[in-house]
Amino acid sequence: MNFWQTILPVLAALLLAPLLPGVIARVKAAVAGRRGPPLCQLYFDLWKLLRKGAVYSRTTTWVFRAAPGIALAALLCALPLLPAPGADALVSCSGSMFILIGLLALARFATVAAALDTGSSFEGMGGSREVQFAALAEPAVLLALAALARASGTCALGGMFAGTVGPLWQTAAPAVGLLAVALGIVLLAENCRIPFDDPNTHLELTMIHEVMVLDYGGPDLAFILYGAALKLWVFGTLLVNLLVPWQDAARPLAGTGVLIVGLVAVAIAIGLIESALARLRLLKVPQLLLGAGALAGLGLLLIVRL
Amino acid sequence: MNHILDTLLVILLLSCFLLLGTSRLAAAVRMTAVQGFMIGLLPLAIEGGEIRLRVAILAALIAVLKAGVFPWLLMRTVRSAGTTHEERPLVGYGLSTLLGVAAVGAAFWLDSRLPFSAEAHSKLVVPVAFSVMATGLFLMVARRTAICQVLGYLTLENGIYIFGLAIVSGIPMLVELGVLMDMFVAVFVMGIAIFRISREFDHIDAAQLTSLKG
Repeated sequence: MNFWQTILPVLAALLLAPLLPGVIARVKAAVAGRRGPPLCQLYFDLWKLLRKGAVYSRTTTWVFRAAPGIALAALLCALPLLPAPGADALVSCSGSMFILIGLLALARFATVAAALDTGSSFEGMGGSREVQFAALAEPAVLLALAALARASGTCALGGMFAGTVGPLWQTAAPAVGLLAVALGIVLLAENCRIPFDDPNTHLELTMIHEVMVLDYGGPDLAFILYGAALKLWVFGTLLVNLLVPWQDAARPLAGTGVLIVGLVAVAIAIGLIESALARLRLLKVPQLLLGAGALAGLGLLLIVRL
Repeated sequence: MNHILDTLLVILLLSCFLLLGTSRLAAAVRMTAVQGFMIGLLPLAIEGGEIRLRVAILAALIAVLKAGVFPWLLMRTVRSAGTTHEERPLVGYGLSTLLGVAAVGAAFWLDSRLPFSAEAHSKLVVPVAFSVMATGLFLMVARRTAICQVLGYLTLENGIYIFGLAIVSGIPMLVELGVLMDMFVAVFVMGIAIFRISREFDHIDAAQLTSLKG
């Protein structure tokens, strides 16, 4: 029983992650009065890309070829660390929150190194921006997780949420709200959503993430797209775990259901945010990320004191 | 734990961060209005269940003055001065926000060394009061435009009011009214002064008042 309880969220992530971008696209289309692409568009794209051959520029080296695999592998390793609401994680060790941050950083490093490897100044610029914003977003996530670690007394992601978040909502609701907002802002930034980056524009001077993967095609691009969907799933899972104080020992399998419903809700919320906001000026992005860090720090302070 | 009180206090802290992080004067004035409204609600949140008439009147008066009259006066000044943005602040906005967080940390530390929290209504009241005061002082020192310095003064006063609310239960109404009256006159006079400065010097940069004009 316990085994299924922990492995189901991972299976759900592997199978359902590409659904989230589809939901976001449908919501945006619906708000704009269009029909939008099918929900499973990303699955079709991945299938198409996987059947194609890869083309590599002659200026690139093995770094460029290895990057999509490394990034995807890092994100796949991150999945078992994450719990569903009310359950433990499949792999739970003390300090797994640092492993999660490290894996995300590894995926980012591989992508940026590959972008630099192409020798294109355009991609180098994108890599520089990605690293600059990540340097501001990472402390925010770490502070938010540190607050939860302080409240639960463990640095393991598995034990951090279950049993801690529920009482925390009752004793320190403002603090948990602050952490949720901080995590939400970082989710938008790390997954290149509006107001930080527009995932639909491929050739704009202000874009951040898309510019780094311009030279990829075929299976490599499929890896990158799937990895991006998994990253959205990872951050969404953190947010859902924080927001849903689900605790039901009798039906532990329902935690996965709650997780999936919560993630779809997160995707709908992202779609609505994207429809309502315009992209920020690039100079304002660090300010907003610093603000997220400040919110997370404030949440940590409140939890330490209360 | 008083949930409403804590939420109000956290919103107050957030408004301080926003004040520190914004360059637009109109947004800063609006943020001060929000802060004033929260300050007005504070006594009601502390009272909890039964609300006495005296407290209700005072709360309404504070809300009207701090969230209505002051912002209106200052907005008028902003419009007449023709300056929409703070230019070249002495400390940048990102760094200001970080310093704000540091101030909150320092306030919590200071609170842990002082014997006030035991008597206060919430553990948060005293630290929030200290950090709001620090924000006000910082705005007065680190911003150049006269408007921002007035906002800093108002924020500082808000902090002092929260502190008084936490420590002294039941300040005589006459004293409260006197303080409010003083503030009203101060903001009124400052508005006129800013208007004069902007007409005379074509800017409201208080740092330039030190240079002679011939």
